[in-house]
Amino acid sequence: MSILIKGGRVIDPGRFVGIADVLIDGGKISAVGPQLSVPVDTRTIQAEGKLVLPGFVDLHVHFREPGFEYKETIQSGSAAAVAGGFTTVCCMPNTSPVNDNQAVTEFILERARLAGLANVLPIGAITKGSEGKELAEIGDLRRSGCVAISDDGKPVMNSLVMRRAMEYASAFDLTVVDHCEDLHLAEGGCMNEGLISTELGLPGIPAAAEDVMVARNLSLSELTGARLHLAHISTAGSARMVREAKARGILVTAEACPHHFTLTEELVRGYNTHAKMNPPLRTWTDVQAIKEGLRDGTIDVIATDHAPHATQEKQQDFTEAPFGIVGLETALSLTLGLVDEGVLSLEQAIQKLTSAPAVAFGLKKGTLAVGADADVVIVDQHEQWVVDPTRFRSKSRNTPFAGWKVKGRVRTTIVGGRVVFEATPVEQ
Amino acid sequence: MSVKRKDLLSLAPLSVDEITLMLETADSFKEVTGREIKKVPALRGKTVVNLFFEPSTRTRTSFELAAKRLSADVINFSPSFSSVVKGETLLDTARNIEAMQADIIVLRHSSAGAAETLAQGVKSSVINAGDGWHEHPTQALLDLYTIRQRGMGFRGLRVAIVGDVSHSRVARSNIYALIKLGAEVRLVGPPTMMPRNIEKLGAKVYSNMDEGLRDVNVIMMLRLQLERQGRAQFPSIREYSRLYGLTAERVRLADSAAIVMHPGPINRGVEIAPDVADSLSSVILDQVANGVAVRMGILYLMSGANS
Repeated sequence: MSILIKGGRVIDPGRFVGIADVLIDGGKISAVGPQLSVPVDTRTIQAEGKLVLPGFVDLHVHFREPGFEYKETIQSGSAAAVAGGFTTVCCMPNTSPVNDNQAVTEFILERARLAGLANVLPIGAITKGSEGKELAEIGDLRRSGCVAISDDGKPVMNSLVMRRAMEYASAFDLTVVDHCEDLHLAEGGCMNEGLISTELGLPGIPAAAEDVMVARNLSLSELTGARLHLAHISTAGSARMVREAKARGILVTAEACPHHFTLTEELVRGYNTHAKMNPPLRTWTDVQAIKEGLRDGTIDVIATDHAPHATQEKQQDFTEAPFGIVGLETALSLTLGLVDEGVLSLEQAIQKLTSAPAVAFGLKKGTLAVGADADVVIVDQHEQWVVDPTRFRSKSRNTPFAGWKVKGRVRTTIVGGRVVFEATPVEQ
Repeated sequence: MSVKRKDLLSLAPLSVDEITLMLETADSFKEVTGREIKKVPALRGKTVVNLFFEPSTRTRTSFELAAKRLSADVINFSPSFSSVVKGETLLDTARNIEAMQADIIVLRHSSAGAAETLAQGVKSSVINAGDGWHEHPTQALLDLYTIRQRGMGFRGLRVAIVGDVSHSRVARSNIYALIKLGAEVRLVGPPTMMPRNIEKLGAKVYSNMDEGLRDVNVIMMLRLQLERQGRAQFPSIREYSRLYGLTAERVRLADSAAIVMHPGPINRGVEIAPDVADSLSSVILDQVANGVAVRMGILYLMSGANS
């Protein structure tokens, strides 16, 4: 069946912005333009006053399956994704077992197919077991469907291993993703190091723990020519170095998470475990630098680092509680916050959720070009709502944004020409 | 006047009046501890639970004695005997204790913020008996009490805190309280032992001990945690002791009436020379004695028995 999305404001970053109809047929975008004529048996979705966008692409989620299904499954994570407008998500390999081989990759893809909601694209491990020692079978991972490699959360500390991984991955045109953290500098830390960690008596993670690894990775990318993607950068230093590296032509892309451009370390006061993530919330100065990086293009991508944890895990005392927050169902509103603040234009903001992440991993996604997969999201840019974690599709509730009044909500999500999420029943 | 708070978690948010009240309340209990029968019925029928997740003999004993001298029923609860090892969260453990009608929970925990987390989850009063590197409010109060007992006023008082400030809850509580009370606080130690931005709290940092001790009225030594040598905080006990050990010679750099304090247990010959620990200027045992009276005062105030 065909779908006509009628009269919305279409933003296809870098390609088209304007009022238009979007016609979907056979799971593909078949036309974009004014007053399209449609085949019989076409469902029409009225989108006047709404934004019609390519489905969002999240390069950084943790779906916890296999191994930690009590936190999230590929089914529940996919449901959260499409509710948040994400039609494609790339899931990190730190499951149990680690996604360091073809069997785990195929398992994830099969689960995603059964869920039938979002496109779930696995990221393979760089090293076996993400132990930072021996390379995983990266060629196999690529062949079985991995779209990038990363030892996220367990950064490769050995620079020689990282060099070899970059060299090897470049043979398959695979992007190498690194969570930049010097594990020695960060050891035992659970929040940003500074006056607040000093006051609270909490072990700190200095900004330098991120910066030294960003510097190392940029050097290795320059040495090897590999495509490097820096996950969730959070410091002014990282932004500065990436800006300089790009100016020199190094093949690097970078992402920032909504919490890192929205919140500061102040939120940790009171030992709030929903303010515990890695990299940690930083200072006001860092937040400004991340926003500036997003504004001037240094930071290409907005990704969520969606990291579900069970309630009882976050109820532990601060030093024991795990790092991370869920993000798929709040990312759009927080990103639109940057538009309201004047940091990004609306088109820039959408680009960082769609075409830019697709380019970073070389995915044929994030566009409404004719012939592209019909992954589309319809957004009410102005709808106000209150974040209520009990209504999340995710299995987990760990968000620092509970109770926030935010703006911008997904009305309809379409993946491969199928409506997979509707906020309220749409008149046909 | 009374204390309006349910809990004593930290000295950072207390007013000068609240701190003063706590010290004055300790005065009246100090008198009790000097009697032949060292017991008053102030907390009769109340239950105090000492919930200690970290080994501690002196602080637990001090609280136990304080509660018993107030005629409270005292339960000591340590993790090795409890269900904590079975994976129960701190909050569940505490709620179970609360269900047994504990009026006051005295908590010692290795994690900063544990007391605050607990206090948010239970109706009982919570007294922080040390949480990670964060605070140890009753220790600082007994330090203040001991200083005051020597007839020293806090305004303009020069206090040097010497040692590993970054891992010290005793240091943090003292820094907050002393600065609030108008004292000049100097922190002395190698930069590896100073937490980031600590000077922003209003303290002065010295890496040279002789400079830091010049003309101070109070020398507060911190215990060196010997196991930290392997963590690149200092190269050897020998060198630490040479650079930051308190010798009789160094005491002479301070004011002639200066007192020497230490929260204990001391490493004789490491951070403090034996002759200094045993000298007339040492008030280390006074601190221990005052600890009971100060904790009686805190238990009394937090029980609401005075309101």
